[in-house]
Amino acid sequence: MSAKVNTALPLEYQTLQNQMNILGFWIFLGAEIVLFATLFGVYGVLGTRFADGPILKDLIVMQDVFIQTVLLLVSSFTCGIAIYEMRRNNVKGLMTWLIITLGLGAGFLFMEIREFLHYIHAGATIQTSAAFSSFFALLGTHGLHVTLGICWAVAIMVQIKKRGLTSDTARKVFIIGLYWHFLDVVWIFIYTFVYLKGAVA
Amino acid sequence: MKHQTAGFPKSQIFGLILSLVMTFGAGFIALKTSLSFGVIMAIIGTLALIQAGLQLFMFMHVSEGEDGKTNIINMLYSLFCAIVIVFGTIWVMTLGTHTH
Repeated sequence: MSAKVNTALPLEYQTLQNQMNILGFWIFLGAEIVLFATLFGVYGVLGTRFADGPILKDLIVMQDVFIQTVLLLVSSFTCGIAIYEMRRNNVKGLMTWLIITLGLGAGFLFMEIREFLHYIHAGATIQTSAAFSSFFALLGTHGLHVTLGICWAVAIMVQIKKRGLTSDTARKVFIIGLYWHFLDVVWIFIYTFVYLKGAVA
Repeated sequence: MKHQTAGFPKSQIFGLILSLVMTFGAGFIALKTSLSFGVIMAIIGTLALIQAGLQLFMFMHVSEGEDGKTNIINMLYSLFCAIVIVFGTIWVMTLGTHTH
């Protein structure tokens, strides 16, 4: 770890090691953008090939999609508030807002799994058609990221409980925060180019 | 570096309201207007890009820190790669075929 500490900066930026870790995570997010771009590309090609199976437009429940979107959007906001509280050195506020964020994230996952089950019962599984293969690959990858993010954030909250808010734990919270916002960015594109496009087409 | 510690988290609240407006605006344009498919996709696609930028600047503070410039270049390069991958894939894979 770098010994040089610059206390004028927010806690998570104070050591050179932390700055490098945060920069490294931004580069990882760049790679994640490319990963999701490949899945969007595949969906763009195959998303209308329903073979003889059900059509997405007939299955979409727009109200549920709006609920999922709002849950994830608000959770991105509460996550931002958590980081804001962290910078005010308010550990209790940080924990409270993180719990709210994860609750909203879990609510999103519940809605998404319910939606998948609804599709599967209607006869649209990952094996039904090229369109639903690419649909489940894209949305499943995003849902997996949300699941992973929840587990990751819980682990970091345990660390804060044990070690308090240090330069190390602050960096970890900041990085999971970036990850969480990124998941919302991906969802905006799923909302637009899968659901809205599917409902209009 | 901007180091906001007191007062109200203005940028976050502003970001939330704007993104909610754009989300429902896109939904309204897609579902409640009778514009052509191409026009709708152009509008809601633009709204999605603006919203992504909003998240990057209002919530993720992409330009903050000593590596702010590096982050911006990194994100612009990723965006470039993403656009090439998505549109390149669709272009190549649908070239000369009849879409149903």
